[in-house]
Amino acid sequence: MDIIAKLKEMKMVGRSGSTYPTGDKWETVKNAKSRKKYVVCNASEGEPGTHKDHYILKNYPDKVIEGMKVALETIEGSTGIIYIKSEFLKEFGEKLKKLIGNLPIVLFEKKGGYLGGEETVICEVIEGKRAEPRTKPPYPCEQGIEGFPTLINNVETFYVIAKIVDGSYRDERFYTISGEVENGGVYEFPCEWTIKKVLEEIEGIPKKDFFVQAGGGAAGEILLANELDKKIEGIGTIIVYEKEKTEAKKLMEKLIDFFLKENCDKCVPCREGAIRIKELLENNNMDKEIWDDLFFSLENTSFCYLGKSIPRAIRGLKEKILDDKN
Amino acid sequence: MIKIDGVDFDIRDNETILEIALRNGIEIPQLCYHPDLEVKANCRICVVEIKGRNDLVTACSTKAVEGMEILTKSDKIARARKINLELIFAQHKEECDDCVWKYDCQLLRLAKKYEVKINRFKDRKSNLPKYIFGKTIDFDSSKCIDCRNCVEMCHKQGVDFLELEEKGNLTSIVPSTNPKKDCVYCGQCITHCPVGAFEGVGEFEDIEKPLMDKEKIVVAQFAPSIRSSLGEEFDLLPGEVVTGKIVAALRKLGFNYVFDTSVGADFTTTEESKEIIERIKENKNLPIMTSCCPAWVKFIEFYFPEFIPNLTTAKSPQIMLGGLIKTYWAKEMKIDPKNVVVVSIMPCVSKKYEIEREEIKSPSPRSGGGLSPLTKGEQDFVKPVDFVLTTRELARLIMKNKIDFKNLPDENLDSAFGEPSGAGVIYGASGGVMESAFRTTYEKLSGEKLSKVEFEMVRGMEGMKKAEVKIGNETKKIAVINGLGNAKKFLGELKNDNYTCIEVMACPGGCIGGGGQPLPSFPYHRQKRAEGLYGIDRKLVNRKAHENPIVKKIYEEFLDKDEEVRRAVLHTSYKKKEKEGN
Repeated sequence: MDIIAKLKEMKMVGRSGSTYPTGDKWETVKNAKSRKKYVVCNASEGEPGTHKDHYILKNYPDKVIEGMKVALETIEGSTGIIYIKSEFLKEFGEKLKKLIGNLPIVLFEKKGGYLGGEETVICEVIEGKRAEPRTKPPYPCEQGIEGFPTLINNVETFYVIAKIVDGSYRDERFYTISGEVENGGVYEFPCEWTIKKVLEEIEGIPKKDFFVQAGGGAAGEILLANELDKKIEGIGTIIVYEKEKTEAKKLMEKLIDFFLKENCDKCVPCREGAIRIKELLENNNMDKEIWDDLFFSLENTSFCYLGKSIPRAIRGLKEKILDDKN
Repeated sequence: MIKIDGVDFDIRDNETILEIALRNGIEIPQLCYHPDLEVKANCRICVVEIKGRNDLVTACSTKAVEGMEILTKSDKIARARKINLELIFAQHKEECDDCVWKYDCQLLRLAKKYEVKINRFKDRKSNLPKYIFGKTIDFDSSKCIDCRNCVEMCHKQGVDFLELEEKGNLTSIVPSTNPKKDCVYCGQCITHCPVGAFEGVGEFEDIEKPLMDKEKIVVAQFAPSIRSSLGEEFDLLPGEVVTGKIVAALRKLGFNYVFDTSVGADFTTTEESKEIIERIKENKNLPIMTSCCPAWVKFIEFYFPEFIPNLTTAKSPQIMLGGLIKTYWAKEMKIDPKNVVVVSIMPCVSKKYEIEREEIKSPSPRSGGGLSPLTKGEQDFVKPVDFVLTTRELARLIMKNKIDFKNLPDENLDSAFGEPSGAGVIYGASGGVMESAFRTTYEKLSGEKLSKVEFEMVRGMEGMKKAEVKIGNETKKIAVINGLGNAKKFLGELKNDNYTCIEVMACPGGCIGGGGQPLPSFPYHRQKRAEGLYGIDRKLVNRKAHENPIVKKIYEEFLDKDEEVRRAVLHTSYKKKEKEGN
């Protein structure tokens, strides 16, 4: 099977949440002229609220290795690396090694926190440098680890590849559902489903008024109960909050603390913006102009995805929940 | 072709948007960008819009692509720059009066342009500490905007004394506490900091000190490289030679005598050349390494003490001339050297450190007595130089005294130390010391006159220049290095190479790119400053140190009369250094 043509035909996008066309990525690395290439499986699962990579590694590790094998075969002269977070290494390391057997794949323990899962950071870390993002372009598929073309795909993406090749793929993706919801857990449902449909399917629509954070526990957006008629943007997570008893400000504080801890302090908007959002919350300063300016700068001028995503949930909480209550 | 604000521009190899803009004089503001450094894109001030893209991109890190349409001005861009500047201002304690950037502060200029409310956010760093490195460099971390230029430059210098420290949720820039890392005082953190968080110690609060004691005879000497850079502080072009104006300004400021350190350089060349010839003959301690750059000397003493025997023991030009002022000249003038204050105007902050070194002290004639016999224990030793002011500090002193520098009529040096040779003047550019040394060494070793005095292969801004010089039947390998990182690399690879002579200057381009030079100090400025010095050399009749009449005279009348005196005034020693603390 010409897997690249197939991926393009299916309009398959990566399952890390960034929705980059997988076929294009593979093609770039395959066609690059280079004596060395890398295929990296990103098993760093750092987004709060998601457990699907854990679920896949636990239940279908063979599929992940299968998927990597397809990539290694498609991309001539490539070496495989599973970039894996410590907990996963402990839990699945032995099993993965057995499955790898003689394949040219090594396990590399992830360093750094949340940001350690960003693909240019992965390249830096594997090179032994500080866990900080690189300027893009060049993208890792052009110049990745040590400057060599590097294909980086998520655990779930490789799982899907294996299923496409063996004919069992059904256009489904993983959803991790948690929070104040009944029947939470990891599910595999059609990609096309709306958030509402997913919650209905698991009989998880709460009885009291609620809102969700969908698409990642840090980077995901805040959606009210009447806004769920849409597909998830980003990684497949739905975290459910009961509206009445959730203190929006506390949740905002928790989020900004998370970003303050996890950002790399490299660029002005992300480093200083996060500090100032924290300060505004502490001083209970809800001045719209300042908040809007900080969000604007974060969204438009941050160096990487982390900074750009800081406003998403915090702005949602402020405007949809906090301002609404006041 | 790309379009910037509606106008077409060509793209040269692999250029970024910012590079094209800079090349064509289009203004895009930036803070963390420096042509010496990698593009980090940390400050997010150079943001521009690209047609078809929603977010803003940084011009410094975005490669120009055929057909791109770029906007450098829009409401969106102005808003982003304003907010990011406000965030930066809240990291930076303003102390504008005493700032190395005062007359050319980008932050203030941008604040005005983008109507920035500089105190919109509370200053979050006002309580952060000030560090002093070896009494030479000040780092006020309450002014630091975390752009990391200094950390990168310190790393590029092979020093790694400045580092990132993670404390709680914040990463900040701090001097290393590792006992194996120490500052060498090159001052490149100063020239690469966009906001003046670094400065030389005493800059500018102590600049009037040297002239305070009215009882003393105050003698100024000025380094080769400042004659082609000081003008920049007064809106003259980089490289414009202002030697005569410097002399005039120093006299106006109240200095009683004005000499030229380039004459000191002619002495250094003469001594160094003797040492080169001796070591070649004895095949000992080769390659010989220059020692006129105190940051390089400290680098060797701390990081590579195994190379201490390779350093020439000849003192640096300012120390030699200072020593001669307080011995030969004081004696001639019948002045007690204790009543003489020698002030050096240097392109450099490590020169402030150099004058405090115990090893460089000179013998002082005892009251009434001559210099000989010079017996240990009986002799007083004095500092050859009492104060060092940087180029920037001299400029500030001139401004403070409201001297109209630009329109000063040229004046001549005081005659006691004559005029420098061209060799002495080119000391200020990388390769200059080597060229000077070989103009002399070649003639001494071969007994022939040089048909062409220029050694072009050692000139230029390249970090590592390797060459071969044929003297008689022998070919000598030489290397000229600027930038300590290049030196580190060179030393690492040196092992089996039989070099005869190595020149190292800590700063990019040599002293013309020194830590005390006017800001900004970009490759363009360095290039022009070097050209200024070579231009002087080209026009001089006397271009060799050993042919300088004043050098010959002082050797005859003073130095050659007593070997011990010559050694004490012109030579020094080095020792392995431990960390000197902050």
